[in-house]
Amino acid sequence: MFVPSITNPVGDFVREMVPRLAEYLPASIQSDTLNSIVAFLVNALICVIAVCAVNIGSAPILIYMERKVCAHVQCRLGPMRLGWHGTIQTIADVLKMLFKEVYAPSGADKLMFYLAPLIVLIAPFIVCALIPFGRDLVVADVSMGIPLIIAVNGFGVLGILLGGWSSNNKYSLLGALRSGAQMISYEISFTMILLFVVMISGSTNLMSITLGQEGTISDWWIFKIPVLGIIAFILFFISSTAEMNRAPFDIAEAEQELTGGYHTEYNGTPFAMFYLAEYIALVTNSALATTCFLGGFLPPCIGVAFVDNYLNMVPGVVWFFAKVFFMIWCYMMVRWTFVRPRVDQLMDFEWKFLLPVNLVLLIAGAAYIVVCG
Amino acid sequence: MSEYIILSIFLFLGAFIAAAATVVGLLLGYRTKNTKNKMAPYECGMETIGNARIQFKVGYYLFALLFLVFDIEALFLFPVMMNFREIMAGHTALSPVIVIADLAIFMAILVSGLAYAWKKGILKWE
Repeated sequence: MFVPSITNPVGDFVREMVPRLAEYLPASIQSDTLNSIVAFLVNALICVIAVCAVNIGSAPILIYMERKVCAHVQCRLGPMRLGWHGTIQTIADVLKMLFKEVYAPSGADKLMFYLAPLIVLIAPFIVCALIPFGRDLVVADVSMGIPLIIAVNGFGVLGILLGGWSSNNKYSLLGALRSGAQMISYEISFTMILLFVVMISGSTNLMSITLGQEGTISDWWIFKIPVLGIIAFILFFISSTAEMNRAPFDIAEAEQELTGGYHTEYNGTPFAMFYLAEYIALVTNSALATTCFLGGFLPPCIGVAFVDNYLNMVPGVVWFFAKVFFMIWCYMMVRWTFVRPRVDQLMDFEWKFLLPVNLVLLIAGAAYIVVCG
Repeated sequence: MSEYIILSIFLFLGAFIAAAATVVGLLLGYRTKNTKNKMAPYECGMETIGNARIQFKVGYYLFALLFLVFDIEALFLFPVMMNFREIMAGHTALSPVIVIADLAIFMAILVSGLAYAWKKGILKWE
């Protein structure tokens, strides 16, 4: 009988508490196996609640942030009426969304139509479970972290294709096919960059990738390998933007051409699920960029003991979310400042520019390791 | 092992949340009569002509095939890349020169494949 374990302080606390509480049970049903299973279930429940809180809680915050960033880029004020500077505007929007009618248009494949939002939401939750948020804060510290993330990311494409195909709308179908083609194309360069990270860090486990960057800022993977790290980071940024179907690569739902793209026919809560998945993907991609390039939960030490002592006093989770929000802010600024390319330009950019550059980057990285060790 | 059990819980978590939200929407949602105009697909305001499941161009299919090749290639490279530093430092039984030669052959086949597709005009979007 294996003993389930979750390695974080909360998990240890639960494991310690369960046998103490079990003493109140009748002696006939007390056993170590039962204790470990109960502790495991309680730990799993805590993890589920924590990840749900991070994921679902971050979406309203991000939508509010996006509206404000967008408004200020365009010299507007954004939402101002509900609450202080419009802070509870998104909560009102969520409430409104709940009371909208949910129906499938005539001719839609009903089963697939309602299945699509379910599939879209699977991937971001699993990725979120793999990311180390702090030195001891990771839900599942698996050794095959990065290949798993790549595998799971494929679910998003499936959901989008299903949603677009099933709604019996030509705009939806076009949007779904476009975004399918776009997402699988950019997934290649996404995978290649992660391959580069795996090569220089020598591990596929996200925790050891993070811990490999311990030290000062110059030990982060983005700066540790001169020039190549920064190029890899920029390529990651571009391909993850396209992966998420975010502007400027949002040809899948380009309003002027395809109204809403794959979710044209969706309304009410199923539509909200597509929206939620998009914003959780923003968080998970930023978290991945933070983990792989920006030192994860490690503080940005500069090598001066006096300053570093203060930086080390701040808990890792705070640093992690500070970096994640910085990345999200970058994604938003890019979204609201760049114009959208055409479909053929987008595909050309991936297959004729990003992919060759990625291959060269891999070879250069290998050469760097061979020469400099 | 226990990590993967947790992950299998998470596999259903997202789907469960979406399903719960859909049910809540169906229960709480405002309802109107299903008229023909309401149920019609949202296109141009004109009456929709035909079904949306039409024949579609093969270009997407070719990109999917290319994707398959490169994605699987990347997955094959993962085990080598993971131990690349170790191999180069000579900590393993493998000889660094042979590993590099193998990698070079592997990459050369791939790159020639990409060049072939490029020359054939598959990468050109029409």
